[in-house]
Amino acid sequence: MTTTEATKPDTRTGTVLEVRGLGHSYGGPQIFEGLDFTVGKGEFVCIVGPSGVGKSTLLQCLTGLIRPSEGDILFEGKRVTEPPEGLAIVFQDYSRSLMPWLSVIDNVALPLRSAGVKKAERLAQARQALVEVGLSDVAQAYPWQLSGGMQQRVAIARALASNPRAIIMDEPFASVDAQTRADLEDLVLRVRDHLGLTVMLVTHDIDEAVYLADTVLALSGRPARVTAMLPIDLPKPRDQLSTKALPEFADLRAEVYTLIRNPATA
Amino acid sequence: MVAPVRKGEQAVTVVRRLAWELWLPALLIALWAIFSATSTDPYFPPLSEILDKFADVWFFEGIRTEIWPSLQRLFVGFALACVAGVGLGLALGVMTRVDNAVRPIVEFLRATPGVAILPVMILLLGLGDSMKVAIIALVATWPILLNTIDGVRSVEPVLHQVTASYRITLADRIRFVILPAASPQIFAGARTALAISIVAMVVAEMVGTPGGIGYYILDAQRGFKITSMWAGIIALGILGYLLNKLFALVERRVLAWHAGMTAHNRGGK
Repeated sequence: MTTTEATKPDTRTGTVLEVRGLGHSYGGPQIFEGLDFTVGKGEFVCIVGPSGVGKSTLLQCLTGLIRPSEGDILFEGKRVTEPPEGLAIVFQDYSRSLMPWLSVIDNVALPLRSAGVKKAERLAQARQALVEVGLSDVAQAYPWQLSGGMQQRVAIARALASNPRAIIMDEPFASVDAQTRADLEDLVLRVRDHLGLTVMLVTHDIDEAVYLADTVLALSGRPARVTAMLPIDLPKPRDQLSTKALPEFADLRAEVYTLIRNPATA
Repeated sequence: MVAPVRKGEQAVTVVRRLAWELWLPALLIALWAIFSATSTDPYFPPLSEILDKFADVWFFEGIRTEIWPSLQRLFVGFALACVAGVGLGLALGVMTRVDNAVRPIVEFLRATPGVAILPVMILLLGLGDSMKVAIIALVATWPILLNTIDGVRSVEPVLHQVTASYRITLADRIRFVILPAASPQIFAGARTALAISIVAMVVAEMVGTPGGIGYYILDAQRGFKITSMWAGIIALGILGYLLNKLFALVERRVLAWHAGMTAHNRGGK
């Protein structure tokens, strides 16, 4: 299944990510197969599917962390064989993805150091990224001194610090409370608009997917396939209260739910 | 978060903790002093005589002639062990397959008591300082090596994904991710290594060329200078105690993040 012309958002000026005939197995049964989709520049794509459908495996393929057994992934036209420059990842579990021995700012600046950015410059960039997520006042703290939501903002700042063109997020808000989750969702939308990023976000929460996305990519089945690329034409900017109160929101949510639960009848 | 404590309260807590730590040693020393006071047994002279001798021998000529050379050997040997243990441990911890291949040899060498190799060392290096330093370094390497390997191998798997996806260079990965992650275990190994390197130092000095506190104790015993022998043993005990304290001080500084995190997580639950 491929995206049709009509589903492409207006912001689109080119393809950032292209997936062709992607399939993977860890030696056993296929986890997913025949995945075909493209993600346009500036597009916000949410990948939804039930637990165990292989969302995380798909992300690891997209980010070049594992080599898929079939098919091709192109990031900005180049084949992904290792983690590409310009693509940053936010992992699910902030308590494990941040380094507890480094201060917040050092966590954010470490990838820049490896990229060869000079010290003054990388601290400035890291500070800028912390401003972007509203954490400039805790730069010297250790991550474990912060709340869960703040730690995930540190992880987001680390992704932003190297000025990526796309970010991939793996269930980034799965382990924070509901209020924090709503705040983080809005933060990601704001940052995306501000920096013009392409975002791919994996979630199992249908509300979250519909609220955030320009396009919802539904995965279902065993092995998993793309059951739909559903354009979400809710008005922007999105708002936790008014957007979720729209009748269209409820309709889209029901549609995604059906796509995932009963792909055959959809 | 720690509640602010007034200075007075803090001082009281410190005094109370010190008192709790010291009452038993104080009692034992007092008992030793009382029961040995009238002793005529040449092997167990009165504590007061030992202490007189102690002050006489060690302050301050003995520190310069005996203790300082011993400490130098200890530090050089221990430092060599740290470099070798951490360096090799890092390499083996990263290269899992090589580690699996050499692990049986490492385990065998570790299980061989270090001092059993003393005769070999004497053959190869003679009775001087190089033999003494080598034996200290040799016995101290194993616990550091094995703990470093384990520490490196138990780095959080998510962090490997983070470093790969953020294109962290190998040098930065070692310095900012792997070594810090392994450091609590490395320090645990080094603490054991410090204790056994003191043992190795004493033994090496007892069999080697004259000089050092180990030699001093053995020489006193052979010359029937029993109070000197006891004074040497007490000095050695104090030395070991102080070295451990020093080690703990360094550890607390380097692993401040770890202690903070552990306390924080415990408090948060």
